[in-house]
Amino acid sequence: MSDVAVDCSGVWKFYGDFPALRDISLEVPPGRCLALIGRNGAGKTTLLRILAGFSKATRGRVSIFGNQPRETDARRRIGFLGHGISIYDELSALENLILFARMYGLAEPKKAALEWLELTGLTRVRDGLVREFSRGMRQRLAVARAFLHNPSVLLLDEPFTALDDRAIGVLQALLQAALREGRTIVMSTHQLREALELATDVALVERGGVAYQGPRTPEMLADPGWLYARYGES
Amino acid sequence: MQQTKQRGAMSWVGDVAVIFGKDLRAELRTKEALNASLSFALVILLLFSFAFDPSSEQTHDIAGGLLWIVYAFAGTLILNRSFVRELPNDCLDGLIAAPIPAWTLFLGKSLANFVLVLAVELISLPIFGIFYNVRWAQQGWALLLVLALTTWGLTVVGTMFSALTVNLRIRELMLPILIYPIMIPALLGAMEVTGPLITGKPLEGDLLTWVRLLVGFDIIFTSLSVALVETVLVG
Repeated sequence: MSDVAVDCSGVWKFYGDFPALRDISLEVPPGRCLALIGRNGAGKTTLLRILAGFSKATRGRVSIFGNQPRETDARRRIGFLGHGISIYDELSALENLILFARMYGLAEPKKAALEWLELTGLTRVRDGLVREFSRGMRQRLAVARAFLHNPSVLLLDEPFTALDDRAIGVLQALLQAALREGRTIVMSTHQLREALELATDVALVERGGVAYQGPRTPEMLADPGWLYARYGES
Repeated sequence: MQQTKQRGAMSWVGDVAVIFGKDLRAELRTKEALNASLSFALVILLLFSFAFDPSSEQTHDIAGGLLWIVYAFAGTLILNRSFVRELPNDCLDGLIAAPIPAWTLFLGKSLANFVLVLAVELISLPIFGIFYNVRWAQQGWALLLVLALTTWGLTVVGTMFSALTVNLRIRELMLPILIYPIMIPALLGAMEVTGPLITGKPLEGDLLTWVRLLVGFDIIFTSLSVALVETVLVG
């Protein structure tokens, strides 16, 4: 098994003639949290989708613990939380989590689903259809869905966007616990303060390339705009 | 926290069953595609019965063709929904991310579509019998075999193209345009066999050749779809 959790090297992605990603190379060791920051359209979501195996890089190599993202072993290790919650409105909260627990081959799907409903504070509404849930409840259920199979790599695309205070608290606690347990996190975000509190490393993505990559420094924490001011385009 | 099970051939059956169950449950909760398809089939059968004299010999000759035109159109309404159902909340991402082979996802969806389309056909068949004055039940089992074979071909091709067109804005238009030309051999075979069967003729002689064509069509298109679905979904 590779000692690098997330590895991408020389990754390019073209949409027609437009290069959405330009020669991106990143390495994230196990137990680290990389915050991908950048303006809208910089390429953060494209990169995360390639890491998650939803789309293929035009050029370059991507691996999750040494496996290609589309290999079954890599997919079992990845927990993805994207812009959409990937939850079925026509099913109940419990049915949704059991469905994903089965697809991930968990030994006791119902038990795992009930545990995560408890952890995200949704036990009371476990049999309610998701279409009747508030936005915050849906987001908490999405968090439960992403964490359900105990992934060792968490790929989070704007995880704090549209969350209510309670859901932000739940997610931050889960992510801190995940880091303590040695899991790896790669997240894109515009909520710099929340992300930088958690991140061990930062990559500034601009126009499809990496403008800065390195450890999170005290200056970034003191002033979340510092990185843009220092390394970003004017 | 739980560990994942070791996965083998039986887990593939389980994966297919999970997707099959999810799609059926979601459809039976909303009944969006089922109601639209069934209403469409019944209305068209009724309109055709006004257009053609049910007592004439000529109508009996073309009854098999009329029936499959209705089934093909009504079936497309169900098949269109197959991957569209995954669009709200980006549910397709959740399925693609899961560590199940893409072909199990495809087979689970195809089986769910098969059950739904076959249900519409079986409900509308007795009504067709009344409108067109045909005794379809005389060769009931043979007719059921032809329905099953043709419907499986329709659902396999339709589910595959539903995946292919899911991100197009004009998918409702594109799906029929793409699948009907491919379905011509199967629909031709089904029409050739169904006509004699609903007038009470047994399934023998030349009719068996058409049944073999349907079996071949199903095998070829199921194999092709299973082989290509990963590329269609991920690129």
